[in-house]
Amino acid sequence: MADQEAILKKRTFFQRVRHSIFPGQLQPVKDREGYRWFFKTLVLHFRPRTVPERTLELTLTWGLGGMAVVLVLMLMGTGVLLKFVYEPLPERAYESILYLQRDVSFGSLIRNIHHWSGNLLLIVVFLHFLRVFFTGAFHPPRQFNWIIGLGLFCTVLFSNFTGYLLPWDQLAFWAVTICCGMLEYIPGVGRWIQNLIMGGSEVGPSTLSNFYAIHTAILPGFIILLMPFHFWRVRKAGGLVIPRAPEDEVTTRGKSVNTIPDLIVRELVVALVLMAFILVFSTLFNAPLEAKANPGLSPNPTKAPWYFSGIQEMLMHFHPFFSLFIIPVLIVIALISLPYIDDESSTAGVWFVSLKGRKMAVIAALTTAVVTPIGILADEYVIDLASRMNSVPPFISNGLIPFVILLVGSFGFYVIIKRKYAATNSESIQALFVLFLVAFLIFTITGIWFRGAGMKLMWP
Amino acid sequence: MTEKGKNPPNSTKTSRRSFFTKLWIFLGVIAFIEFIGVVTAYLLPGRKREKAAILGTIIDAGPVEKFPNESVTAFIRGKFYLCRLKDGGFLAVSRKCTHLGCTVPWLDKEKKFVCPCHASAFDISGEVISPPAPRALDVYHLYIENNIVKVDTGKRIKRSGFRSDQVVYVKKAS
Repeated sequence: MADQEAILKKRTFFQRVRHSIFPGQLQPVKDREGYRWFFKTLVLHFRPRTVPERTLELTLTWGLGGMAVVLVLMLMGTGVLLKFVYEPLPERAYESILYLQRDVSFGSLIRNIHHWSGNLLLIVVFLHFLRVFFTGAFHPPRQFNWIIGLGLFCTVLFSNFTGYLLPWDQLAFWAVTICCGMLEYIPGVGRWIQNLIMGGSEVGPSTLSNFYAIHTAILPGFIILLMPFHFWRVRKAGGLVIPRAPEDEVTTRGKSVNTIPDLIVRELVVALVLMAFILVFSTLFNAPLEAKANPGLSPNPTKAPWYFSGIQEMLMHFHPFFSLFIIPVLIVIALISLPYIDDESSTAGVWFVSLKGRKMAVIAALTTAVVTPIGILADEYVIDLASRMNSVPPFISNGLIPFVILLVGSFGFYVIIKRKYAATNSESIQALFVLFLVAFLIFTITGIWFRGAGMKLMWP
Repeated sequence: MTEKGKNPPNSTKTSRRSFFTKLWIFLGVIAFIEFIGVVTAYLLPGRKREKAAILGTIIDAGPVEKFPNESVTAFIRGKFYLCRLKDGGFLAVSRKCTHLGCTVPWLDKEKKFVCPCHASAFDISGEVISPPAPRALDVYHLYIENNIVKVDTGKRIKRSGFRSDQVVYVKKAS
């Protein structure tokens, strides 16, 4: 006790202040070591002291989780800056964006960074989702973290969607109008939800203030709560899934390395490269801004935001009750129950389950890559069930029949490929997942680039 | 507390404690439900605003003679089209597509409403000619007073198809 007091008294004023902030280190340290030590104590509060060396391989994670964190931080930073200028009123919103771009120093740059980071975040979290799926990182003990991840994915999706309306230009207004129109087809509560979100029956002042509050307070709040939860579960699972080649035995954790510097340096490199990329991209390309919203004039074509254009494309082929309710609900249920149906932990860490799994995934991808475009073209030009079966309501001719065909087709594919390759559960489920994934991607691409005026098919 | 063998007093104590625990949980649940109720009511579109809106929603479209048979006139403020059918009947048709809510323009050459979003088409009475629109365009309540067409835009009336009893005719002078 007395010794310590004696040491304390010997220190300068600044040393004592420093000690009050970072206690515990009594002997004086060299500057260089000191900086490293501050950093270590803070970083190791969030991260484990050591990590398995193999999880540092870039081909395991592709740095996607880290990129998502960097993008979220950039979005929060630029988002706060935008809040100082933006005014969430229909008669002021568009003007405040113009003012931001014209008169505020670096206004365009900040908006561009926010816009492109938001779009890139959606792509990054989607790729992260695919990475986790294809490396089997959703098996026990990571089951529940898969579900937290799905929650985060939805939050990012809705953040993007609510932000889409805020510029209040034609693009924003009509995309949000048709997406809110989609809610009406949810049986029972659809109209109620639509009213609650839009604050009325049409997109108007209440919609804008609702979206603003959701975009700038509620969804960031969810992200701030869910992100640490997601990371904490990664630690509780003993870190990332250990990658291995299909022929390898299920190994132990292998050699461990220090988090500092091995992991941290890699993460910082990813962060810096990403930030540089976003900055360059944002100086070169402006975020789109069309004419001010005009509720009396729908532009032709009116399209949903690109991440919903797969759903919009589905609307062209299925009755809204199926494309907007039954199919999305089935997909969500399937994704949530996935880690509980397919809980074969021994395949975790292997890309595409096994060598056989790889082969089956390629076959599934090729199958849909052929069948989906043919289906789209056939439905557009050849089959017109609705007009051929005039006596039957469109709910059946345009909804139930194509849906049953889809269901029987994919179930048939599942049974056939499973039997032909004498495959395990994990391998066949993965093939089915690839089947739907590629179909969804083709629908999205068609919706974005191959739909022109009057939503007719066209060459981009 | 001191004597572990005495079961009866001990168990009444635990049951009293568990009773209070349950009471607290019960109160907490009630408070939570109240909280959800208040927030939902707060966020739902205001009732007062809607009522005020209904009062001021009757639009004078103009005298009957202004509208020739088989014509469509747009009313931007009221967000509807005043359609006069071939037989002279009037209909106030909403401009909002029943598919996803885009605004449908009237194409005078082709004599139909065509939605720019998903190419649904409607005839002059708002009836669906080609899907994906699931039902006919909504109509507004319309009446003729002193030879002047009036439309009440406060209430949109949904319909699955064309209904002749919704068409309003000029009463013949007796």
